[in-house]
Amino acid sequence: MGSRASSLLREEDIEEIKRETGFSHSQITRLYSRFHSLDKGENGALSREDFQRIPELAINPLGDRIINAFFPEGEDQVNFRGFMRTLAHFRPVEDNEKNKNLTSGEPLNSRANKLLFAFRLYDLDRDDKISRDELLQVLRMMVGVNISDEQLGSIADRTIQEADTNGDMCISFSEFTKVLEKVDVEQKMSIRFLH
Amino acid sequence: MEGFWAVIFPVLRVWFTSLVVLIMLPAMFGISLGITETYMKILIKSLEWATHRIQRASRAEEILKHSASNGLIQRDDSSLEQEIEELRRSRPKSAERGDFTLSDVLYFTRKGIESIVEDDVTQRFTSEELVSWNLLTRTNNNFQYISLRLTVLWGVGVVVRYCILLPLRITLTAIGLSWLVIGTTMVGFLPNFRVKGWLSDLVHLMCYRICARGLSATIHYHNKQNRPKRGGICVANHTSPIDVVILANDGCYAMVGQVHGGLMGVLQRAMERSCPHIWFERAEMRDRHLVTQRLRDHANDKTKLPILIFPEGTCINNTSVMMFKKGSFEIGGTIYPVAIKYDPQFGDAFWNSSKYSMVSYLLRMMTSWAIVCNVWYLPPMAQKEGEDAVQFANRVKSTIAQQGGLVDLAWDGGLKRAKVKDSLKEQQQKKYSHMVVGDDSSD
Repeated sequence: MGSRASSLLREEDIEEIKRETGFSHSQITRLYSRFHSLDKGENGALSREDFQRIPELAINPLGDRIINAFFPEGEDQVNFRGFMRTLAHFRPVEDNEKNKNLTSGEPLNSRANKLLFAFRLYDLDRDDKISRDELLQVLRMMVGVNISDEQLGSIADRTIQEADTNGDMCISFSEFTKVLEKVDVEQKMSIRFLH
Repeated sequence: MEGFWAVIFPVLRVWFTSLVVLIMLPAMFGISLGITETYMKILIKSLEWATHRIQRASRAEEILKHSASNGLIQRDDSSLEQEIEELRRSRPKSAERGDFTLSDVLYFTRKGIESIVEDDVTQRFTSEELVSWNLLTRTNNNFQYISLRLTVLWGVGVVVRYCILLPLRITLTAIGLSWLVIGTTMVGFLPNFRVKGWLSDLVHLMCYRICARGLSATIHYHNKQNRPKRGGICVANHTSPIDVVILANDGCYAMVGQVHGGLMGVLQRAMERSCPHIWFERAEMRDRHLVTQRLRDHANDKTKLPILIFPEGTCINNTSVMMFKKGSFEIGGTIYPVAIKYDPQFGDAFWNSSKYSMVSYLLRMMTSWAIVCNVWYLPPMAQKEGEDAVQFANRVKSTIAQQGGLVDLAWDGGLKRAKVKDSLKEQQQKKYSHMVVGDDSSD
């Protein structure tokens, strides 16, 4: 319970995660405590069941998709590095960072990467296109049984029609970005840490 | 060997006599000799000094101050409708009210990630984090080596707790429990005169007082005029099995619970002999009608002691009050709410039953500094006209939460072990569907 958790995380690891994700030292230790408290099997990695145990996440209509985003292709366990890498997408964008020269290219919490995260929630097969089926799947998850198939289908068609500019009946990442260009993604896809 | 016993015997005799005279007898009659008060004063002084030392040493004082809020992230209280409206305001076209946009997912995504980082429920099933260290290894959360003097103080604390306090407390508890069994059995042999009830109450009180001393419990009772009366039902928030000892120190209650085997079973049968309690077989507990009927019969009999019920149904970590099961509120009769709040600085009373067995929990209790708690007796409440059991339960829960300074949660304490109900997800989906198709959704 917390007391051993911080001792399992070495200073070098914290420094590496800091460089990769941009989180502060205290944020990393507190998130490690959280990771540790979710890890019921105490094996240093989280499984899908560990996430499902959070009631607020279990009742979230997109809960399964969000949990999926943490697990790399074909894997069933996520370690702390992977956990932090995914959470890093939701770090708020600070002004002074926009001018910094980062060694690893674009930071994980840039606007483009936040949008990519949202895009990947739809695009399950990772073919860089949201097909009509994939859109329908997400819609069905969010509305449950409250809307008929026909109505949902017409909503999906309308959405694709509005967004699709190159006529391939799918939404590519650039078309997705265009639709959301006026949305304050930096604020809506960020978590405000208290310290 | 002979010489060994010749030395040990007088020591043990002195030990026992001093125990009886200094602690047991005063406890039995509710008098205090001031030993515990002195101990507590020394303890508070030492802990204050330790806190001061830690704060001085760690230059990042602001970190300690911030941890007092104990939250990691700031969350919005706005509703689903508000948030999605905001997201949709930046649509390229101004379409009809109530339509789907690709940006709708952002709302659910953020809520989901926020709940992964910090959620209201799972943190209630582990011990509360302390703002500053209280010199117990078990609460040593991020506090590294500070100074030699602090470590020495901690070492002294270990010796005091394990070598002096622990044997003392175990002896006291053993005496208290055996006296409970013997006393209640003796009272049970008496015929049913008024005296029997009075004697039974006396025996129970004495034993619980000894047990409370066995935990170094310092209890402050507030508003004693609202103490539960016969024929009523006392409800309280649940943190640990010790709650029973805490409440029974100031009044006599009829306990409700499952029949256990072993030591608990012996205690239960003994208590049953001197005054009526309500013990259920495991199979009977599933029959809700039977349970309600037995409780109602007991409550309607005005000569019987007030029933003590913990409507949460499970132990919560004393930072919040979770859903009250409506069963206790369907019985009728007056409800006497009681709020119990422990001070975690001196000892953490929460029983994390998935981590610690009962025995290791009791050992942890007995090697803490002390158990300090406040008990508030709240004015009696009754079901209002047109109010159903669930609303009544929520009303009582809010009163208790407010008095004890606890967070009032609607989540079920059963989520400690069980999965969340699907109906809650369906509620969310329904709300969102309204946003997609406007007001004419298929209902």
